[in-house]
Amino acid sequence: MKFLLSEEQERFAASLDDLLTSREVDSATRAWARGEHDEGRKLWRELAEIGVTALGVPERYDGLGASDLDLVVAFDRLGYHAVPGPWTDTVAVLPALLDDELLAGVAAGETLASVAFPPHVPYALDADVADTRVAVDGTGLHVFHPATRLSSVDGARRLFRVEPGERIGEADPARAFELGALATAAYLLSAGRWLLDASVEHAKQRHQYGKPIGSFQAVKHLLADVVTELELARPLVHAAALTLTARDVSAAKVAAGRAAHLAARTGLQVHGAIGYTGEHPLGLRLTKVRALLGAWGTPAFHRARVLEAT
Amino acid sequence: MDLDLDDRAAGFRDEVRAWLAENVPKTPLASFDTATGFEEHRAWEAKLADARLSVVSWPEEFGGQDRTLLEWVLFEEEYYAARAPGRVSQNGIFMLAPTLFSHGTDEQRHRILPAMARGQEIWAQAWSEPEAGSDIAALRSTARRTEGGWLLTGQKTWSSRASFADRAFGLFRSDPEARRHHGLTYVMVDLRAEGVTVRPIPQLDGEPGFAELFFDDVFVPDRDVIGEPGEGWRVAMTTANNERGLSLRSPGRFLAAADALVREWRDAGRPAGTAERVADAWIGARAYQLYTFGTVSRLEAGGKLGPESSVNKLFWSRLDVDLHETALDLLGPEAEVGPEWTDGWLFSLAGPIYGGTDQIQRSTVAERVLGLPR
Ligand SMILES: Cc1cc2nc3c(=O)[nH]c(=O)nc-3n(C[C@H](O)[C@H](O)[C@H](O)COP(=O)(O)OP(=O)(O)OC[C@H]3O[C@@H](n4cnc5c(N)ncnc54)[C@H](O)[C@@H]3O)c2cc1C
Repeated sequence: MKFLLSEEQERFAASLDDLLTSREVDSATRAWARGEHDEGRKLWRELAEIGVTALGVPERYDGLGASDLDLVVAFDRLGYHAVPGPWTDTVAVLPALLDDELLAGVAAGETLASVAFPPHVPYALDADVADTRVAVDGTGLHVFHPATRLSSVDGARRLFRVEPGERIGEADPARAFELGALATAAYLLSAGRWLLDASVEHAKQRHQYGKPIGSFQAVKHLLADVVTELELARPLVHAAALTLTARDVSAAKVAAGRAAHLAARTGLQVHGAIGYTGEHPLGLRLTKVRALLGAWGTPAFHRARVLEAT
Repeated sequence: MDLDLDDRAAGFRDEVRAWLAENVPKTPLASFDTATGFEEHRAWEAKLADARLSVVSWPEEFGGQDRTLLEWVLFEEEYYAARAPGRVSQNGIFMLAPTLFSHGTDEQRHRILPAMARGQEIWAQAWSEPEAGSDIAALRSTARRTEGGWLLTGQKTWSSRASFADRAFGLFRSDPEARRHHGLTYVMVDLRAEGVTVRPIPQLDGEPGFAELFFDDVFVPDRDVIGEPGEGWRVAMTTANNERGLSLRSPGRFLAAADALVREWRDAGRPAGTAERVADAWIGARAYQLYTFGTVSRLEAGGKLGPESSVNKLFWSRLDVDLHETALDLLGPEAEVGPEWTDGWLFSLAGPIYGGTDQIQRSTVAERVLGLPR
């Protein structure tokens, strides 16, 4: 047993960080929320160049056929930087649903997909920008047409009602669902970590009563609880990527969601009013975390799966 | 990254499982916080030692099997799953022994460890004092130089197992002029020596699980000082990180309890409104197990246990309380007639206090892990 990421995985994560730190991701997210996708698609192509979109695609379609753990490493970094777009649908879920030439477009970063997966994913994410739209109905796959747009609590998640279209085939949706939940867990976890890091930074800079607020024990203790929850959720996410059993995936989704939610709520409290402004990047993550808590299986659903399997 | 056991580890786990299935007493031993229970536990420790299972990760010369840390964690999982007796020797094995391995002399290791491994000598930790709890550096008990050794004077308190234990280890102030963390000396002392008074103190369950210790010019020979005189603080900190970081609460205990909780929940007909807490307890236990595997992998790759030990302690102390509270709530009016879950519950309540309180751990995490200003 060696329960540590490999050096190669650490390097991959670092290269994602380098790229994303040097780009204006938050500005791309704000534009994305307005329906302006250029910046976001440019980012998508850049991430494709370093392999992110090819991870889950088999080699016969020019993909990397990488492990589920590699996928988690990528979603972890996407979540930290809160990169907008249907990443879970396109990169984690679609390749598990289809065996089709179309995946070559996914690998190349040219194809964005939106996957509706009722009841856990009833509305389709970013269906307006997606090149491929698939709805999963039991074991059947349908193309769908985007209908009314709904506004998500997270402005950057553009959701659409789904109108079923032509049936395109059969699939075993189980693995695709686990991967959707797992990718969401990884994304959530690191969105939470960003919220913690930003809060720690703020607590060091912001002074009140002549001292940094981070020197007050009440503030310290809140943040210590956040890092504890996050640190203990991470190994669940990694283990779920190794086993992909329903129990481990569900445990990961519950714990990552819980930790990220605590990070969001605590983060807002530690920031005070500045965190409540629409200009501050904190809000981009706070609303995202809230939205993702219910996506790809609610906490109640996942807890029930844990109990069933234990 | 993988979670696969190699043949050696898997073989060892199977051996341990088989041995425990054969040897764990069918009726639970009496509490080791009673005089009879203490002796029953000593006998059990000796039996474990005969099977060379009392200290599996120690070198063979001291009674161990030179097992890896991972194998130790697996051993612990099996141990708790088999509902084997609590370890009366744990203070010595998990706190004094690591200190001797890193700071003791060869003579000390050979003299002390084999007897500890067999339960022949049961150790108590004598750190806390009436006026030195969280602020342990405020301790006042003194060690005065004398011919061939030191004379101890003062009072220690809340010393687990000390009511029946043979010896104790702890810090004494050897240089009253030195600054707080300096001038402390780490000594081992015989609890039957002249000048020692042990006053057992009953705990919440009524049993004398800890004791007060009074020292009146108690002689300790030089050979029972660990590390350099005056350097006791530094020596003690290795022990503290070890205690919080890994050894004190191995994940096996929580996993066994969480599995039992899920069974209890099913037997109780899955009462409405409880699934969330039961599931979270199980998820917490699994998280702690995996986190430990991560720590073990890091240590085996040459890493060190640092202040992140406090993260560990904060997590399990809350998990343990939540898990037991949930079990008692599930059992409803049956809960109070115990003893199985009530004993565990009472014990869980001490978790946020001993080994450094959760408030102190939070401050440590904030300052030393997150880098917030003091
Ligand atoms: C079951 C049990 C077994 C024990 N076994 C042993 C043993 O074997 N050997 C031994 O030496 N000791 C032992 N102890 C003692 C234990 O280590 C101490 O209880 C612990 O260090 C806390 O000290 P205290 O009880 O004096 O509480 P205090 O230090 O008086 O603290 C009281 C409260 O104030 C809070 N507090 C104190 N200072 C701060 C601060 N700076 N910031 C925020 N909050 C603060 C604490 O968190 C706590 O909530 C044991 C205790 C228990 C309960």
